[in-house]
Order: sequence, then structure tokens, then C-alpha cells
Amino acid sequence: MRRKICVTGVFRKLFERTFARSAGNVSVSAGSYRNKQAAQKAGFFLLFCCILATLLFLGSIVYFIFAGGSKVVTWGFLTQWPRNAMTEGGIFPALLGTFYLTLGAVTVALPLGLACAVYLCEYTPGSLALNAIRIGINNLAGVPSVVFGLFGLAVFVKFFGFGVSVLSGSLTLGILILPGIISASQEALMAVPNSLREASFALGATRWQTIKKIVVPQALPGILTGVILSIGRAAGETAPILFTAAAFYTRRYPQSPFSEVMALPYHIYALMTEGTHPRQQTVIAYGSALVLLILVLLISGTAVFIRQRHRSYNG
Amino acid sequence: MDKEIRMRAEGVNFFYGSRPALKDVNLEIYRNQVTAIIGPSGCGKSTFIRLLNRMNDMVPKSRLEGRIFLDGDDIHDPETDVVDIRRRVGMVFQKPNPFPKSIFENIKYGLEINGMRDKSVIEDKVVDSLKKAALWEEVKGRLYDSALRLSGGQQQRLCIARCLAVEPEVILFDEPCASLDPISTARIEELLMELKQEYTIVIVTHNMQQAARVSGNTAFFLLGEIVEFGKTQDIFTKPRDSRTEAYITGRFG
Ligand SMILES: Nc1ncnc2c1ncn2[C@@H]1O[C@H](COP(=O)(O)OP(=O)(O)O)[C@@H](O)[C@H]1O
Ligand SMILES: [Mg+2]
Repeated sequence: MRRKICVTGVFRKLFERTFARSAGNVSVSAGSYRNKQAAQKAGFFLLFCCILATLLFLGSIVYFIFAGGSKVVTWGFLTQWPRNAMTEGGIFPALLGTFYLTLGAVTVALPLGLACAVYLCEYTPGSLALNAIRIGINNLAGVPSVVFGLFGLAVFVKFFGFGVSVLSGSLTLGILILPGIISASQEALMAVPNSLREASFALGATRWQTIKKIVVPQALPGILTGVILSIGRAAGETAPILFTAAAFYTRRYPQSPFSEVMALPYHIYALMTEGTHPRQQTVIAYGSALVLLILVLLISGTAVFIRQRHRSYNG
Repeated sequence: MDKEIRMRAEGVNFFYGSRPALKDVNLEIYRNQVTAIIGPSGCGKSTFIRLLNRMNDMVPKSRLEGRIFLDGDDIHDPETDVVDIRRRVGMVFQKPNPFPKSIFENIKYGLEINGMRDKSVIEDKVVDSLKKAALWEEVKGRLYDSALRLSGGQQQRLCIARCLAVEPEVILFDEPCASLDPISTARIEELLMELKQEYTIVIVTHNMQQAARVSGNTAFFLLGEIVEFGKTQDIFTKPRDSRTEAYITGRFG
């Protein structure tokens, strides 16, 4: 009850402050003034409810995952292999597999994406082709991830014959995160002031020297931010590795890029849909989900941190 | 005074898209002299000076007619190496634009891209050009500090040092003092007086006194055309065109 009063109080203050600003140059009759006031109050109340609902969803996701998973997540959970048909033990091979897949994806996507971005920004400024390519890349970013999975299955697994493997999965995830890396890099490159390019050219530098020694180093923090966010995405996706890389269970560490691997998101999916001990498996699935959630949050947090630091340096 | 022509613009027209920015500009720039370019904002001063080292090459959809010579060679000739032109004709910009690197590295960069590898030679060159730009005494203890921590005037002198290091023959200044305080401006002006012994200089300036003090020749631009070009003394004491007179006495622009 007390909370409710407090909320309305804050609410009224907010409302009054907003209204005070616009009141100065508008003269209205008392009646319509009261009507407007009521309408505004109702509007704010709706907005507040929306925020509350959003927070509620977010909070409950985190709560359920913590409640379900926090009991099993220990150091041993992170470092041990699964035991007893997945009903005990840890998730180490899945963590390792996710690490390999993500590393592979970035290895594929970073050079390709950076090269694309440099070409689009530094070599073909403002052309029609540029806009067409940009639209294409943005659309690629909107393709559902399961479609990337099917593409990976058709092209890397089947056509190139890489099989269900770290390699196929990395390539598929790499293509998935490519648009993100390209647009982050493009943004970072465009944020480099033109005056630096001109300073370099005026000293007799070629375009290539300018890009390599001035523009890209200056854009690096922005590019890195994009890469880290992509890592978070690649680590968390299930659909692209479903047909291309992931195994329910492997007995050994992956021996080569052509081995199939366990991976964290797929591990969760598998625990919930396959196996013979659903009750014990569910707890482990929650534990895995918690680990994945923390991992992705940590990774995104690092990106935010880098961006913030970079901003304060240049500001 | 010997009157050897270093650079020459011949019937230069320049267009941004279809909009003309320069109309039939003819101008000679003499060796070891300061040529000042004055005129109201937007009259094409920057456009012209940037043509002298081909900085406008990068402007999309722009078009040049006419020719510009450096020691008798057409600098826009397809055979001409643009990198070589830009090294021989250096440029200092309106806003100081040091690289976000150390003071030392700012100067080293230009040397390295021009193929200098020997560490001790590079070090000597850095010190040398800082001295020439009258910055050495202020920065000798902190060569490895970020150039961005220098004051605006110091940054501009660093940009001049960076330019001098690659040994240009002609130096273009596009309103080098526009963003500086009066004391920094005075220091840059002093420096210009020193540099003109050794280099051919073209300077765009909004400051009439500055133009009168440092330059030998002055060109007055208006709406993309040269209204008057001649000895600075003549332009400022007995202008032939009424518009020139109006401008230098501050009655418009
Ligand atoms: N990159 C550009 N694209 C299109 N128009 C430009 C560009 N740069 C300058 N202009 C135009 O050309 C004219 C001359 O500009 P500028 O040479 O910068 O003048 P000034 O240096 O004398 O102030 C102005 O009208 C300006 O708007
Ligand atoms: Mg200008």
C-alpha cells in the first residue's frame, strides 16, 4: 500500500514538471485544462504499466533461471564431464565446444567483415552500389537463424563435405554474425574524423597506408565492441549449429576441426527434449542456462565497458 | 626580388557536381614568397588551395577544368604521381589535426610512409622539425605524450612540424590561425616569417593585418573569381577595384 502511494507521488512530480514546461505559452480554459490533465495522467499511467510489465518479464526470466539453476552451478559443474546419462556431473565439453565454435566464427567473420566495411567506407564513398550492398547486408541481419542453419547444412555439411563438425558450425555462425560485424565496423570507420584522413593524405600517404595506420587503429575500439557483441550472439545461438556442428554427447574432446562437438545452447535443448531422466536433466539444463546467461551478460558487459572507456578518452 | 614562378594556375574552373566554385582562376605563386589569399567566406579560397596539392581528388562528383603547374609540370596530369605531389606540396589545415598518437609518432608517421626506416635518422629529423616549427623547447621533455594533450596553438605547430619533416617545397596554409587565440596566432605568424626564407608559402587568411604583414603577393577572391591579384602593398594601399577596397576596409564580407 505504501509503495503504491510512493509511486503515485513520483508520478505526479514527473507529470507536473512536464506540464510546467508547456504551460507557459498556452492559455486554456479551466475545463479543458482539467481534461488535459486527466488525459495526461492516464497516459503516464499506461506508460508506467508498460515499463512495469517489461521489468516483470525480465525479472522473472532471471529469477526462474537462477532459482532452477543456482543449486547445481559449482566449480565442478563447469569443469567436469556429464555422468550417468547426463543426470549428474558437469558441462565442461559443452563449454569447450561453444568456445571452439565461437572462436571459429569470429576467425571467419572478423577479417571478412572488416574487409567489407573498409571497402564500403573507404573505397566507394556514396555510390549507388554502396547503398544496394548496405541494404543487402541489413537484410541478411534479419534472416532467421534457423535459415542459416539450413544453409550451413546444405553448403558446408553436404556440398563441401565438411560433415557435422566444428568447421561447418563455425562457418555457419560466422556468416550469421557477419552483418553485425560489418555494420559495427562501418560505423566505427565512419566515426573517424575526415580531418585525420586528410592529414595523412597531405603527407603523401596512399589510401592503403592511411587505412592501415590511421583509420583502422582509430576505429579499433568500435570494431572490437562489435566483435564482442557478436561473440555473445554466436555463443548463444542454437539453430545454426543444430544441423551443422552439435552433438548430444561426445565421449572425447574434439580431435580436429572435423569433429562434432557439444555446445552449451544445444546442450540445454537436448537435455530438455531427449534422454530418459527428464527430472534430473531439467535441473542440469537450468544450470547450463544460468551459465550461458552469465557468459553472454559478461561478454556484452565487456563491450559496454570498452565503448564507455573509449568515449571518455575521446570526449 | 627574384620572381621565379613556382606554381601557376591557368584558366581553372572547378565544379562541385554542377555548381561552379571557381571561375577562370589565373594565379602565379613565386618561389620563397608568401602568397596570401583573402576573401569572404564561401568564395572558394579553400577549394582553390586544396587544388594545389590535389586534396580535392577525393571529393565525389567534382570536376576540374584548366591546369595547375608545379615547376612547369601539370599536377593533374594522369601520368603524375599524386603521392609525390602531396609530399612536395604540404598542407596545414584550419583546425589542428594531429593524429591521436604521441608527439614523436605524429612526426615519425610522415617519415615512415616516405620510406625512412633508420631509427637514428628519424629521431634527428623529429627533433629538427620540432625546432623549425618553434615547438621543441615546449615539448622536448614529453615527446612520448599524446599530441592531443597539447594546447591548440601547440597542436597547430606540431602539424607544421609534421609537414616540414617530409621536406615539402611548397606549404599551403588554410586559415591556420582561425581556431587559435591571439598569442598562439602571433607565434604562428612569427614562424611564417621564418619559414618564408626557405619555403614557398600560400596562405588563406581572414585576418587583413596578417595578410599585410606576412605576404608579398595577395589575391582577392570573390564568388569564385579573382577580383584582384598583385603586390600585397599595392592591394592594401591602392586597390584598383572598388570591391577590393570595400573588403579590405571592412565594409563587407
Ligand atoms: N565538398 C563540397 N561539396 C560541395 N560544395 C562544396 C564543398 N566544399 C565547398 N563547397 C562549396 O563551394 C563554395 C566555396 O567553398 P570554400 O572553398 O570552402 O570557400 P572558402 O574557403 O572561401 O570559405 C561554397 O559555396 C561551398 O559551399
Ligand atoms: Mg575555407
